[in-house]
Amino acid sequence: MGLMNNHGVLERHSLLLTIGILVVVSIGGIIQMAPLMYMDNTIEKVDGMRPYTPLELKGRDIYIREGCYVCHSQMVRPLRDEVERYGHYSLAAESMYDHPFQWGSKRTGPDLARVGGKYSAEWQVDHLIDPRALVPESIMPPYAFLMDKKLRYDGIEDRLRTERLVGVPYSDEMIENAKGHILAQADPNDKGFDYYDSLMGLYEAEAGREGTVEARDWDGNPDEITEMDALVAYLQMTGTLVDFSTYEADDLGNRR
Amino acid sequence: MADEIKDIDDHSGIETTGHSWDGIKELNNPLPRWWLYVWYGTIIWAVVYMVFMPAIPALPGMGTNTTGLRNHSDRDLVAAAVADLKAARVEQSATLLEASLEEIETDRGLQQFALAMGESLFGDNCATCHGAGGRGAIGYPTLADDVWLWDGTLDGIEYTLRHGIRHEGDLDTRFSLMPSFGRDNLLSTDEIDDLTDYVLRVSGQEHDGEAADRVADLYQQQCASCHGVNGQGDRLQGAPNLTDQEWLFGGSRDAIYNTIYNARNSHMPAWQDRLDDASIKALAVYVHTLGGGE
Repeated sequence: MGLMNNHGVLERHSLLLTIGILVVVSIGGIIQMAPLMYMDNTIEKVDGMRPYTPLELKGRDIYIREGCYVCHSQMVRPLRDEVERYGHYSLAAESMYDHPFQWGSKRTGPDLARVGGKYSAEWQVDHLIDPRALVPESIMPPYAFLMDKKLRYDGIEDRLRTERLVGVPYSDEMIENAKGHILAQADPNDKGFDYYDSLMGLYEAEAGREGTVEARDWDGNPDEITEMDALVAYLQMTGTLVDFSTYEADDLGNRR
Repeated sequence: MADEIKDIDDHSGIETTGHSWDGIKELNNPLPRWWLYVWYGTIIWAVVYMVFMPAIPALPGMGTNTTGLRNHSDRDLVAAAVADLKAARVEQSATLLEASLEEIETDRGLQQFALAMGESLFGDNCATCHGAGGRGAIGYPTLADDVWLWDGTLDGIEYTLRHGIRHEGDLDTRFSLMPSFGRDNLLSTDEIDDLTDYVLRVSGQEHDGEAADRVADLYQQQCASCHGVNGQGDRLQGAPNLTDQEWLFGGSRDAIYNTIYNARNSHMPAWQDRLDDASIKALAVYVHTLGGGE
């Protein structure tokens, strides 16, 4: 038992003990992190993902600012009941442009990973203004003030550049025209008319298919671009990008 | 070290660790046996788990983590579970698909199945707008009464479910657009004020008769093509009956003014891409039986 009794040496030298603890604790971390250094890809191969348009990105920022994530997760787990209710389970690829992601299983309200298009934009607006007018048993707070808050997007170019810094493939053209793209997606018939084709062309090319960008007046007030416009534009596209008709669940790289 | 003289505590008779702080000594009690064996057990369990379950992250060149002897995958499991569910339903779903909507509604067994299925689907997908049991809300039609904007027959309801109302991306969607008479400067606010009185009169509410008379012609020019000469509405265009005291967006003076000024063109998503055919049929029967099916 000679070796076993030597623990006294470690215990009597605080520096040795500290180094020893560091080594033991790092093992778990290294096992988790090291594979990410040499694996080519940790996410599924999918078609249809594109970066958020500037308006959707602003909407997402409002979603985070208002703490929607405190009650709503965005992750359909691979469980039968969830797939039945919400649709296809969420893929890692679907959050690849999310900084930060919105995963979780905290469901005070329903999961929103695939709420895009499930209800009409009008419903989203009415419901955000007064949730209990539509769902009497709801405990969600009202967000009517978003209708009155003009969307501020003077720094949108830098906002996109920041996303690019962490790996979101925004092109120079997307960044230069970001302000125009916001107008185009929220007011395509008037103020944003000139940028409509550019918005559709750039983002749908990135997605590789048509019908992934919707441009319209979102909040029922076409005279002004409000925070409600941005938030609803974001909500209406969540979980709609990936083309599941081409997704191969059995591919070895897609297995989890 | 084994040769050291053991220091035994006088009071308890247990060996001490030899540490001493101001005369206070630390007893060297052994770990409780049960605790120790549970701990050994978890170590063995960890090894077993690593062998059978996916546990070891990808090593260079592997591309993916180890799959373990059980070849376990949550995603495979859920795919199998959903397939099982579909298989369990397929028999009755098949009878739903074969039967006409009328047959489903009249055959007792089919009806019970369809209503149970419809109820749960309605709760998740429809009740958010149309309310539990189809009670409706301002801007969202009540489905439990016999007032229909478009079509209250079984086939009509199924069509609406499939294609939605003013749903972009579905060419067969039910579509009509009321102009925003005020916002788009088609009519003056005075004219809209008077038209509000006209609608109030048609619907049998308190109104200013003179004002209504002033726009009797204007109503026939601007409104009658959809809402009818007498305000009775037109189902083909989804134009509401103005005379029946049933209001989608409210029947007060303010609400009517607002409707004429801004127009209300509500949307319903098309469901045929989200729900399978059996589900849509079950929902059509469910909605039809809520109260006012035709």
